[in-house]
Amino acid sequence: MNFNSKLLKDLVKTYGPSSNENDIRDFIIKEIENYVDEIKIDALGNLVAHKKGNGKKIMISSHMDQIGLMVIDIDKSGFLRFVNIGGISPYVTLSQKVLFENGTVGVVYSEPVDDMSKLKLENMYIDIGAFSKEEAEKMVNIGDICIYYNGFDENDNIVFTPYLDDRVGCFIAIESIKAIDTPKNDLFFVFSVQEEVGLRGAKTAAYGVNPDVGIALDVTSHGDTPKAKKYAIGLDKGAAIKVKDNSIICHPKVREQLVKIAKENNIPYQMEVLEFGGTDSGAIHLTKEGVPSGVISIPTRYVHSTIEMASKKDITNCKELLVRFLNSNLELF
Amino acid sequence: METKALLELLSNDYGVSGFEHTLKDSIINSFNKFSDDIKVDALGNVIIFKKGQSNNVKIMLAAHMDEIGLMVKDIEDNGFIRFTNIGGIDPRTILGQEVVVHGTKDLFGVIGSKPPHLQEKSEQDKAIKMEDMTIDIGLSKDEVQKYINIGDTITVRRNLIELKNNRVSGKALDDRAGILVLYECIKELSKIDHEADIYLVTTVQEEVSMAGALTSSFKINPDIGIAVDVGFGTTPELNKSNSIELGEGPGITLGGNIHPGLRKKLVEVAKEYNIPYQMEVSPGPTGTDARAMQITREGIPSLVLSVPLRYMHTSVEVVDIKDIKDTGKLLAFFIASVSSENLEGLLCY
Amino acid sequence: MLLKLLTESSGVSGNEKEVRDLIMDEIRGYSDSIKIDRLGNIIAYKKGLNSSQKLMITAHMDEVGLLITDIDSSGLLKFITVGGIDKRILVSKSVHVGKDKVYGVIGAKPIHLQKKKEWINALDMDDLYIDIGATSKEDAEKYVNIGDYASFQSDYIEFGDNLIKAKALDNRVGCSLLIDLIKEIKDISFYAVFTVMEEVGLVGAGPAAYEVNPDMAIVLEGTLCYEMPNMDSHLMPTQIGKGPAISLADRTTVYNPQFRKRIEEIAKSNQIPYQYRKSSMGGNDSGKIHTAKTGSITTCISVPCRYIHSPNSVMSIKDYENTQKLLRAILTEYGKGVL
Repeated sequence: MNFNSKLLKDLVKTYGPSSNENDIRDFIIKEIENYVDEIKIDALGNLVAHKKGNGKKIMISSHMDQIGLMVIDIDKSGFLRFVNIGGISPYVTLSQKVLFENGTVGVVYSEPVDDMSKLKLENMYIDIGAFSKEEAEKMVNIGDICIYYNGFDENDNIVFTPYLDDRVGCFIAIESIKAIDTPKNDLFFVFSVQEEVGLRGAKTAAYGVNPDVGIALDVTSHGDTPKAKKYAIGLDKGAAIKVKDNSIICHPKVREQLVKIAKENNIPYQMEVLEFGGTDSGAIHLTKEGVPSGVISIPTRYVHSTIEMASKKDITNCKELLVRFLNSNLELF
Repeated sequence: METKALLELLSNDYGVSGFEHTLKDSIINSFNKFSDDIKVDALGNVIIFKKGQSNNVKIMLAAHMDEIGLMVKDIEDNGFIRFTNIGGIDPRTILGQEVVVHGTKDLFGVIGSKPPHLQEKSEQDKAIKMEDMTIDIGLSKDEVQKYINIGDTITVRRNLIELKNNRVSGKALDDRAGILVLYECIKELSKIDHEADIYLVTTVQEEVSMAGALTSSFKINPDIGIAVDVGFGTTPELNKSNSIELGEGPGITLGGNIHPGLRKKLVEVAKEYNIPYQMEVSPGPTGTDARAMQITREGIPSLVLSVPLRYMHTSVEVVDIKDIKDTGKLLAFFIASVSSENLEGLLCY
Repeated sequence: MLLKLLTESSGVSGNEKEVRDLIMDEIRGYSDSIKIDRLGNIIAYKKGLNSSQKLMITAHMDEVGLLITDIDSSGLLKFITVGGIDKRILVSKSVHVGKDKVYGVIGAKPIHLQKKKEWINALDMDDLYIDIGATSKEDAEKYVNIGDYASFQSDYIEFGDNLIKAKALDNRVGCSLLIDLIKEIKDISFYAVFTVMEEVGLVGAGPAAYEVNPDMAIVLEGTLCYEMPNMDSHLMPTQIGKGPAISLADRTTVYNPQFRKRIEEIAKSNQIPYQYRKSSMGGNDSGKIHTAKTGSITTCISVPCRYIHSPNSVMSIKDYENTQKLLRAILTEYGKGVL
């Protein structure tokens, strides 16, 4: 299997928490600029890459931003207190290494807790190895956001790393941009900002693009580990075609088209009924007069942890499904 | 079509949020003869247009087509189906129900759970969780998979029944009763003069996101938006203060979601035509399509009219046909009272 | 179809009239003597050639249901359950009230107005009532009286792989089997008894057994069947599609092992599938029958029914047919005098 591990590794390692997506945006621009007709950046920072074609106007959204911790206080001994940016679990965060934009590394620990089930973010702190407030302030300012700092690992089957959510979506979008030579449809690849804090980037990007059809690329959860909650999505079982999550009930025609294309091209797929969560399509479909929208999801274990895991085959299948969908005749409506 | 018969048709039919297209034809067929144009938009909203005498005023009415329901999330090895809910469902109200699973064909099933004799006494005072329920459609997994996919919708199988005093009970009266109000309204409008152009929209996905009202009101961009929905009917477990009585006319909502000038006019019209009405209070955004309409584009002055309905979001919702007729009439007379001359005055703060 | 007629009739314990009338109409032409005793049991006798031992076959006519206890000022009906009903299955169902079968529904507080701690707890009987659309107490009293019975409104449907959904399969399935036997069997003597009030404490069976005074009895039932995914097989009382269930022991009877083994032999020699009823929970008319007067030997043969005591129970047509075959075979052996 021809899997561009280097690109995925570079994507997950590039800094870009919600509201501070500059580094990751620059990285993506360099990757795609030779393959698209036009690149725009809107007021919120969304990267909109246009690949011209004659058919339907399709917006493909994958979000660049990642969850992180924002510093809100530095005490006199140099310890940092923080709040979450996006869905951060205290259990996942305890004893993690974190990385700031300027390269400063810290570790997260908690005050002594008798009952671990009561662990809360407000009882935790970041230690950057500074011995005073003054020392700390030389490295970090209040308002700075740090991200999980953990390695990228892989074997033949899978990758595991922080921030597959949603750099794997960006990966699929970039690979698709490169794979599509002459687009059949008019394609707007949006690398959106601030998804993790409420689908904010996709909302304005969709208003600007005003597409006929919306597709989001994002990770979904799993139900295939020991005693996992009932959920018919597993790793290595194919691209997930979303039916619903808490942000959207996907348009039946878009969903059916994705299924049809998967079947016709023998791309393994699974149907996704997610009982929580949301993604960019949740914002896109409510835009202006309404945009029929769907989602291709990458089955992922341990989402929002530092060891998110996805199958290389699934990722490749998602890309395959997207490329075929974008090149299909969308006589949907 | 007679009011009760059309309500029966729409209530017995199904259309869970996001899957409302099954209702489209019945709605088009019944509204056709009263309307000048009917369109179905990209998300599935049915937009019924009735021309007014001038084209200076646009009024949009919204009643949602979608209903709460269930969705297949997995199929067990013995062929039983695991499911989740679409829209707000009290899990206690679906235990032991007959259901229809809408696969490539409709299949009958029954919702079961862990048997009582295997439960501790103390457990029997606890409600059974939805995740512990299954649907039995009496087929093996291989057979099930021929007809049913993950993501298919499920509705409770319930036919409308007639209670005493012109009351009826059934599923999805929230908000098929609202659609009937639109029907009564357009019937009435066909008999009287009205200056305004009327867009009667049966909206999609109110129960999950109000996607239908948001997008259709963006397209129509009306001067006035009116949501027609159902209100909590008084029963012993509810306070008088947050419910309205069956049989005593539409609820007129008061609160931040409602334009005060329009509401005042609505009450005047009700008094003028001797139509009974009740007041409902809702401080912030209502749980209706009016919430979406109010914040569309530059903002749309909104009203909410509610048909009193008991046991909301169960399969035995109860409404009084008389309330539906009264609500339809009130709407029609209100619409007729709005003109290009008085509109600005009505909307003036 | 007989089972459709039987299950769509109302016969809550103590109020079996509609079912009794239906059964009487069905069996009148096929019995040599027939009577309704003082409690309302039907006792029919078929005279045949043999008469060495007295065989009684029974099925109870009654079903679980509701009883109206009060009408409140707004015209809503309060009720209690008759027989064992899990209160949790009542809400959001429709019912028939009284002999005019007035439609009513059992509603619930809208989820919108509930706090989470409300919907994780079962609704108590005090929270439930029936709404018939009445506008006041006086209005309701035009249609309903305190003391009226209510039964679930549920139609007979065939679905899935040869399955039936209906209410009151416990025990109209037994009634149906017994009516079939009365109509088909010739030249073999037996008593066919349709009992009342089984669901409220095996009330009818004792006096009927006292009157008939059988040597042996076969009780026909619709019984517990649960097959949830990933359930241990020892926790499944019976399984659908695996044939008639022969009882081992329950709360009211330890069934005579010789009689049981004889029936198993008959099933085997006729290639009729059968299973054991594994649960020791529940009980049936056998409890009163085998201890009447000087006692008798009894067996209980049941058709597995999922979700019994609810508006929607489910059974297999194949199980019904195999139970029918087994009963015919047993009666044939009995007719030869070798039971």
